[in-house]
Amino acid sequence: MLFQVIWFILWGVLWAVFFMLDGFDFGAGMLLGRLAKNEAEKRAVLNAIGPFWDGNEVWLLTAGGATFAAFPATYALMFSYLYTALLLLLFSLILRGVSIEFRGKAEGAGWRRGWDFGLFLGSLLPALLTGVAFGNIFMGLPMDAEGYHGSLLTLLNPYGLLTGVLFVLLFLVHGALWIAVKTGGEVERRAARAANAIWYALLAAAAAFLVSTGFATRLYANYMKAPVLLVLPAAAVLALLATKFYSAGGKYLRAFAASCVTIVMVTFTGVAGLFPNLIPSSIAPASSLTIFNSSSSVYTLKIMTVVAVVFVPIVILYQAWAYRVFRHKEVDITAEKGPY
Amino acid sequence: MDTLALSRLQFAVTSMFHFIFVPLTLGLSIMVAWMETRHLRTGDGIYLRMARFWGKLFLINFALGVVTGITMEFQFGMNWAEYSKYVGDIFGAPLAIEATVAFFLESTFIGVWVFGWDKVSPRMHAVSIWLVAVATNLSALWILLANGWMQHPVGYVIRKGRAEMVDFLAVVTNSYGWLKFLHTVLSGYTIAAFFVMGISAWHILKKGKTDFFMRSFRAGAAFGLIASILVVLAGDFHASEVAESQPAKFAAIESLWTTKSDCSYNLICFPSVRNERNSVEALKIPGLLSFLAFGRTSARITGLKDIPKDLRPPVMGTFLSFRVMIMLGFLFIILSVIAFVLSGRAGLEKRRLFLRIMLYALPLPYIAAQLGWIVAEVGRQPWIVYGVLKTSDAVSKAVSAAQVWTSLAGFTLLYGALAAADIYLLAKTARKGPEPELPAAAGHNKSGKEA
Repeated sequence: MLFQVIWFILWGVLWAVFFMLDGFDFGAGMLLGRLAKNEAEKRAVLNAIGPFWDGNEVWLLTAGGATFAAFPATYALMFSYLYTALLLLLFSLILRGVSIEFRGKAEGAGWRRGWDFGLFLGSLLPALLTGVAFGNIFMGLPMDAEGYHGSLLTLLNPYGLLTGVLFVLLFLVHGALWIAVKTGGEVERRAARAANAIWYALLAAAAAFLVSTGFATRLYANYMKAPVLLVLPAAAVLALLATKFYSAGGKYLRAFAASCVTIVMVTFTGVAGLFPNLIPSSIAPASSLTIFNSSSSVYTLKIMTVVAVVFVPIVILYQAWAYRVFRHKEVDITAEKGPY
Repeated sequence: MDTLALSRLQFAVTSMFHFIFVPLTLGLSIMVAWMETRHLRTGDGIYLRMARFWGKLFLINFALGVVTGITMEFQFGMNWAEYSKYVGDIFGAPLAIEATVAFFLESTFIGVWVFGWDKVSPRMHAVSIWLVAVATNLSALWILLANGWMQHPVGYVIRKGRAEMVDFLAVVTNSYGWLKFLHTVLSGYTIAAFFVMGISAWHILKKGKTDFFMRSFRAGAAFGLIASILVVLAGDFHASEVAESQPAKFAAIESLWTTKSDCSYNLICFPSVRNERNSVEALKIPGLLSFLAFGRTSARITGLKDIPKDLRPPVMGTFLSFRVMIMLGFLFIILSVIAFVLSGRAGLEKRRLFLRIMLYALPLPYIAAQLGWIVAEVGRQPWIVYGVLKTSDAVSKAVSAAQVWTSLAGFTLLYGALAAADIYLLAKTARKGPEPELPAAAGHNKSGKEA
């Protein structure tokens, strides 16, 4: 019981950190064409995410690996039920990584324009698809003892799409703020303008999400039972307002930090509402995948807990160190021989 | 084809494609790290240029290894849901550990290496690429411990309708996994050595003797000599382990039909699967097969005829893959010895025929590695977990053949395009050669601007 709960919390944390970190890469990737008008500016934007995107993406692989190790039945059913959606996510992540890495390694306007488009698509689709996937998980999937009774199209319901749009907007603001922090001159100004403008759309989507969650899902049941949990959505809302407050005041680093908190708290808000389900069933509650009926043995969970307790802090330490090493602004990129 | 056949085909396509890029990463990361360390120690700028040139090829290759690796992690759940449910309690752990201890390390420090030339000290920069090298090899260890468990399951009980781990230590000390790890990483080192020698040979053939490529060739030859000898040795130990724990696979790789003691080894052999015997057998060495398998010439080895037909792997493919791999393995030793000797004396640039052979030998270690995986995975059929779970019981129930057709077509198209882009970039970069000579230690100035 204890270990299942520990791994449920870790599962939520892994997803939250993934969204918080890779979210700004997705945002920057979607905004590249809007924020950068020439090759030098593009390199500035790309160098702002270049050292980090791969390490950020590993949080997704770890979230997937942790699901496999701690809740194998959930991993198996979630991945096979959402086959086509995950396939699209996979292809878009592949496209994103290759676009970033290959773009700068040959000359030619056509070559670079092609990979720029790959980066755009490879950033937009993961944002949208993970949002749609989580929206549907919050709602529950149409599954019972017989199996799964849905398709790709059933995932594209209004609430799923709303969650997808929410994620895209979250990451757009997040990415724009990161670029404002990491660049200077015109690019910084454009990024700040974009963050401030998109924020209004984000606010609208967040409000729509909070309201429709009450109708489309059973997430709020846990909040009725344990009102103390309301601190999570409250923190999300406050952080969202703080994002705008700092961003409008030109304090981009603080605004970015607030945006980090927003993303983490939005994720926690959803995950806390799911407990103890990992994937609820929308048609047969008894067939829901919970942390109890889908978990590994306590022995395996204990081993994995030791691994996580030892290694995750080490990972956080050296990733934080790497962010410190590259804390400078990408301003005079034309003068430097940057990798991209 | 049904979902099962399509899923198997898709797994073969995606894992073999993934394994085009992984082994070069395993070996080239070490070579680049060694070059950069040499530069630190000697201050000789040529080593820095070597690290940068081979490092650039490393990065082009590395990118595809990373992105095609994501597929592998998703695919267990997408296509092999029954497998994932049945063995997730054991199999998920090494995968999650791989991500936690290896992927983070690798991905974070590759960023530091690529972007950190003037942001961290030269020493820290060299440490970064060493950490990448350690991490990629560590990642190989964990995934091969996972694969080793599928080949030779240990430390588990069947409980509540699934395999549950009861002895983590047994899983991580599984000798099958460790031997497979050694054999696999050494094959990667061989690939890297032949990669470096092949491209260096091309430049020497084109432009004559240049210090840069003569030294690169020499480094490749030394690395290749060690790797090619050790990979064959590790393979031999590994084959003995197979004889012990997977008799059906062993019988198939040697095309041994009848159980007997004092098994001889046929240098020339060709199976006739329908007649359950070999149509050609020649140049027998008495007792050698028994000796190779169990260390005694008198040892008894189970033949295929004593294994029920439905528990035999496909004999022809397993046998041929193994034979060709072995022949290539010995060829690599011969070529490495010659390369090592010739590159140690003056006049390598005049050995044009040998240089041409080394250029065309570049793809051969790749082929050997792919054949090795065919032996390992086809030779294990019909089992997905040897003796515990059949491949046919492991496939996802919720996935239709149409879905796998779609994904297989998608993978083929996407991977085909990526391969084309990758080969284009590799060839372009390899042809272009290294950067012109820099003023001493220019790559390592510490004047990095920080804001």
